[in-house]
Amino acid sequence: MSLASIPRKLLVLVVFLLSALGLCPQSTLAADEADHIASTVISSASPIEQALLDVKSEDAAVRSKAVALLIEKGDASLIPKLDAIRAEADRAVRQAIKPVIDLLKNHANLTSEQPDTRRSAAADLVGTGRPEAITWLEEGAAKEQVWWVKYTMEESARLIQLRSEDQGVRLVAAKKLGELRSQNGLSALKEFVEAGTQSGATNEQRALADAAQASIGQIDSWYWWASAIETMFRGISLSSILLIMSLGLAVVFGLMGVINMAHGELMMIGAYATFVTQQAFIGWFSPDVFDWYFPVALPVAFLSAALFGWVLEATVIRFLYGRLLETLLATWGVSLILMQAARVYFGDLTAVIAPQALRGGAQVMVGVYLPYNRIFIIMLSIICVLGIYFLLFRSNLGIRVRSVTQNRNMSACLGIPTRKVDSYTFAFASGLAGIAGWALTMVGNVDPGLGQNYIVDAFMVVVTGGVGKLAGAIWASLGIGGLNKLIEPVSGAVYGKVFILVGVILFLQWRPQGLYAAKGRNADA
Amino acid sequence: MDQKAPQDSQNVKEAVTPTEETGSSRREFLGQSGRVAAGVGVAALLGNLGNYALSYAAGGPPIKIGVLHSLSGTMAISEVSLRDVVLMAIEEINKAGGVMGRQIEAKVVDPASNWDLFAEKAKQLLLEDKVSVVFGCWTSVSRKSVLPVFEKNNGLLFYPVQYEGEECSRNVFYTGAAVNQQAVPSVEYLMSPEGGGYKKFYLLGTDYVFPRTTNKILRAMLLAKKVPAANIEEEYTPFHHQDYQTICGKIKKFAAGGGAAVLNSINGDSNVPFYKEFGNQGLRAEDAPIMAFSVAEDELRGMDTSALVGHLAAWNYYQSVDTPQNKKFVANFKAYCKRNNLPDGENRVTDDPIEAAYFGVHVWKQAVEKAGSTEVDKVRKAVYGQKFLAPGGQIMMDEANQHTHKPVLIGEILKNGQFKTIWRSKGLVKPEPWSEYTNPDKGCDWINHQGTYQKK
Repeated sequence: MSLASIPRKLLVLVVFLLSALGLCPQSTLAADEADHIASTVISSASPIEQALLDVKSEDAAVRSKAVALLIEKGDASLIPKLDAIRAEADRAVRQAIKPVIDLLKNHANLTSEQPDTRRSAAADLVGTGRPEAITWLEEGAAKEQVWWVKYTMEESARLIQLRSEDQGVRLVAAKKLGELRSQNGLSALKEFVEAGTQSGATNEQRALADAAQASIGQIDSWYWWASAIETMFRGISLSSILLIMSLGLAVVFGLMGVINMAHGELMMIGAYATFVTQQAFIGWFSPDVFDWYFPVALPVAFLSAALFGWVLEATVIRFLYGRLLETLLATWGVSLILMQAARVYFGDLTAVIAPQALRGGAQVMVGVYLPYNRIFIIMLSIICVLGIYFLLFRSNLGIRVRSVTQNRNMSACLGIPTRKVDSYTFAFASGLAGIAGWALTMVGNVDPGLGQNYIVDAFMVVVTGGVGKLAGAIWASLGIGGLNKLIEPVSGAVYGKVFILVGVILFLQWRPQGLYAAKGRNADA
Repeated sequence: MDQKAPQDSQNVKEAVTPTEETGSSRREFLGQSGRVAAGVGVAALLGNLGNYALSYAAGGPPIKIGVLHSLSGTMAISEVSLRDVVLMAIEEINKAGGVMGRQIEAKVVDPASNWDLFAEKAKQLLLEDKVSVVFGCWTSVSRKSVLPVFEKNNGLLFYPVQYEGEECSRNVFYTGAAVNQQAVPSVEYLMSPEGGGYKKFYLLGTDYVFPRTTNKILRAMLLAKKVPAANIEEEYTPFHHQDYQTICGKIKKFAAGGGAAVLNSINGDSNVPFYKEFGNQGLRAEDAPIMAFSVAEDELRGMDTSALVGHLAAWNYYQSVDTPQNKKFVANFKAYCKRNNLPDGENRVTDDPIEAAYFGVHVWKQAVEKAGSTEVDKVRKAVYGQKFLAPGGQIMMDEANQHTHKPVLIGEILKNGQFKTIWRSKGLVKPEPWSEYTNPDKGCDWINHQGTYQKK
């Protein structure tokens, strides 16, 4: 390519682009060659250009004709131009243009690289209700690899067909939607049933109502199972959160006999440690590695909470062993101090941004969608339980902890440094609280009241489970979490909580020692 | 207040004496003086002495005002900003020469998010500190708790937060929105073709008076607009609720097939887990937009906005409002926070209640100057019809019903935690403390009637 030809080519390109956007009046074209090329472009593009002018018209009929033409002939390259018109237009024109923009955008997005974008586009096309979209969706579905995107495309095509004029098409679509178990189709199908069962319904409407009724039956029975699975998952997820919060508490309360009201604030420290790590990553590292802040924050949260717990044990709790009420009051005071300190130091609300991998979820089957962050916390709580189990029952430290718990004086006689064991155990339990705080940043917020939101639930689990038993905490959190999610859809969140509290009270009346009672000589110690 | 001036001056002289002797001299002083002087004396000692003495020299005793916002406890997160902006407005006024040549002295108390303490502190401000006006409260519970105190002692409260209405006290000026200036127009917008023509509404709120009353009005309005009852779902969660799995699942089912919107009056920290769960369950703003009534710029600072982009909110002001006075206001607020070493300094944002608290102070100042007095009854009459060029644009105090005429703005949440205004009411919307949908026969008027009255 010679140097001289570059500017001319550029000019042609510019003119081409401008004319395609309808910005460049013909008369301004000076160069002969450019004029020639541009005029051919304009002659082929002129209906679109004319339509772009017509959409701004005052006359609604002219407008809708232009809109129809733009939908038929236009492509994604028109979007910037339309956006520009929309920004300046009045209300009526904005409303006329919006479906065009949506349609063109979604059509372009159907071939996007991102499966999520393709799926969103397919779902959004239903709202436009344009019959053109059916072919696009069917073409897309034929090529699609990801089953969930393919499903959405097929579903969307059928949903649009439901609004077709042709009885045959509607019948097939209604039947197909039943086969697809499409929840999105339910409301439209129900309308068909309603229309068909009215007196004076035509035969066509009746036939359609029958098909719709059959499909509704299919969809409903499918969704009964789907929602059962989802409810179960939600119960397990809530249980895992309860478990991860109460593990540290169970260790301290159960093994050391300390009611640690500051446990929630230790979780808060873990959450703020995560926040600080995130800010450090924002400040010092490139955005490419940003998502790594989350794994890095795990040891930071554990260690900072453990360190704080160690200090707390050495300065406050050490002097109060065996005096249950005093520890309760002292740790409550500590928790208030910590809360206000966080409020003063961190000021307002603080946001932790979830790493990309923990956003969204997996569509495991039609009607069942499992968020990644919940799956993550379930896995984490299993790992924590296993970790504690090995530490307490399969390690030397664990043997010492258990022996101190069972008989402090005898252990001391046998040469176990009981003071050290106390402080290690407390620091470890605090670290567990830190991990809980770290994980909770993925579902909730980081604010000074974080600990208060969870501490009551955590105590409920520990007390119900039976003091000092790991298995008790596991079963109690499963029971409370599962029951809560089972009741909530029926009773609503407020009464769900009330029922659970009443249930726990009744349970403790019947079995004051909790699910797993401590047995033997130290039972009443 | 003016009659006590001589005692005041005596007291200041006492107080300015060297620190060693202050304690004993105070005790003697208390012993000698009457009870009233004692109260004032303690207040003066606790206050900023230098400032007090200086301002006293300026042209009359300083006017005392009270600031009643929680600085600790759960509500501190929202209310601290209001204290900051009220103090900033006072600083502005004092720098410009004060009110009627007199400086303003703010008495800040901390009711600690405790509703009983609100009433106690209000009593203290009115009876012991004898303040001319109080700027304060956020939650409706706290307002309801101080209301009897203000009514019994004929105090004056400027309340800056949007609320549920159904109240018409002559001792309160409401600079926030009534339901017909926020929730009702936002639903009308959602139902309009421009807003998306939504047909199904999921009313979700925290379980207390503001969401309950707002939703009661919204339900009545939706039914009046021929939305079938089956298309309205109402649900409440406890304060600090964290687990929104079930509710988001319900919304998903409710929104299937399209045409559904969520009307969110969840308060405070529960919004974070709600929006997070909403996004993580695969719901998008396109499937069901969330229209929020309690999520403003200040709250957005504490949220991961990626989960919120595209969702909506209804307010009367946004930091992004493009007026010259707003640019100045935002810059002043940031500078004020930085100068006074407040947490987050320059990164602070303004929002609707902050703006309402700010112009409340200025409206009061204008009214005092018009009345030529700080007496509550005179100031109240002067407030009626008062206009002020607020950061968000001109506002006007109603002629009779204690509320404020404001514009209504629907905003879309952007990635940077700011709002893009996508709809704006034509002109100012007249406040209706009693909603036409739930109480069509009731009105609020302190000129021609005694407060709440029955319309014929």
